[in-house]
Amino acid sequence: MNNVTTWQVISTIIARDWRVAMRRRSDILNPLLFVLMVVTLFPLAVGPGPDVLGRIAAGVIWVVALLSSLLGSERLFRDDYLDGTLEQLVLLPTPLAVTALAKIIIHWLLSGLPLVILTPVCALLLKLPMDGWATLMLTLLLGTPILSALTAIGAALTVSLGRGGALLSLLLLPLFIPLIIFASAAVEGALVGAPILGQVLLLAGLMVLTLTLAPLAVAAAIRVSVN
Amino acid sequence: MWRWLHPYAKGEATYRLLGHWLPWLAISAALSLLVGIVWGLAFAPPDYQQGDSYRIIYIHVPAAIFSMGAYTGMAITALIALVWQIRTAEWAIAAIAPVGAVLTAVSLFTGAVWGKPMWGTWWEWDARLTSQLILLFLYLGVLALYYAFDDKRTGAKAAGILALVGVVNVPIIHYSVYWWNTLHQGATITKFEKPSMATSMLIPLLICLLGFALFTAAMICWRLRHEILRQELHRPWVQQELIGQEKLN
Repeated sequence: MNNVTTWQVISTIIARDWRVAMRRRSDILNPLLFVLMVVTLFPLAVGPGPDVLGRIAAGVIWVVALLSSLLGSERLFRDDYLDGTLEQLVLLPTPLAVTALAKIIIHWLLSGLPLVILTPVCALLLKLPMDGWATLMLTLLLGTPILSALTAIGAALTVSLGRGGALLSLLLLPLFIPLIIFASAAVEGALVGAPILGQVLLLAGLMVLTLTLAPLAVAAAIRVSVN
Repeated sequence: MWRWLHPYAKGEATYRLLGHWLPWLAISAALSLLVGIVWGLAFAPPDYQQGDSYRIIYIHVPAAIFSMGAYTGMAITALIALVWQIRTAEWAIAAIAPVGAVLTAVSLFTGAVWGKPMWGTWWEWDARLTSQLILLFLYLGVLALYYAFDDKRTGAKAAGILALVGVVNVPIIHYSVYWWNTLHQGATITKFEKPSMATSMLIPLLICLLGFALFTAAMICWRLRHEILRQELHRPWVQQELIGQEKLN
């Protein structure tokens, strides 16, 4: 029995998944293109005037972020499940929750972080007033890890089904609701010059709570799915 | 206690136990619902402000309370199923979820019907209404996940994990929604302040609460018995049970 530390497991899984993802970059790019296209649809649908667009911009960006995180979620465990890697990960001597946490981190690096980087473009397209930009970026930075963690739970539960798509959104969207409430309240507060520290701290607290508990749920779900 | 509980991990023993309970639960539920609803709808005095339309409270409030109670019960059975791997508890998840979902839908529907004359609108994005709607979505998610699996054992476990994730989320969702509502629209909607009820109105409500509790328990017993039969269809005792019933008919 060789002594692998927790950090070694996490970094190895992250490095491996990064390499796998880099060989199929379209999987990372497609959800981002989806975000851009949906954002483009809104001015066409509600009119290009800055008064309407600017008011709904933060909410639209958040809803689109939720939807795009559902799009990319199936690849979280699907390939590993199909080629048997997931079973090998279950057999690791370290707790399965550690593996789950690594999976959540790499998923955030590949889907959440690009989304945060893309946000200024979306905010520009939707004419969000400048006062809200920093807050929007901050809420996305705090919120996308929550998205990745919750998505991982849903993906782990449905990985053995092979037809997760619509079911996954049914499971996950109710869980996203607190997130979108706090995030849009923070941006709205920033736009009218109200203090936003409370909402931001709540989001940060939610992120810590989710990242603590979600790996346990993901581990239990993987055990059920792999059997 | 464990020695007493242990036999009920087996489907057959639970099936027989529930069979003993079911008629008593069903009869007492029918009686108390009959008394409570007839009393509430026909004999309780009308409200001085709302007239007769307040009477829907006798269905609305019990349904809403037990929609949440059923979710708590489902989460507890899910915990039992996941920790001790008891199959009866797994089937209980599948038995409780539809009952709870229907209770939630009933409370939403009666709420809308009540809201139309009182608030002048079918639907208001009020905190309680919204969190009840989200509760319905959570129930539907559990049900959809359970029925998505061909192997019902895996399905029940997955649904159980989702129910537990949901129960952690319920307080967060509740408070966030509450806060969101107070943030956006303070006193613009005339929120229905619950008056402290007169005793003559309260007694039928309490009877209705008891009736809904018994009814919920009876429905869950009934569904759980069916679920046990369906899952243990290959066992000899089920075949004997079903053949025995056919002979009686």
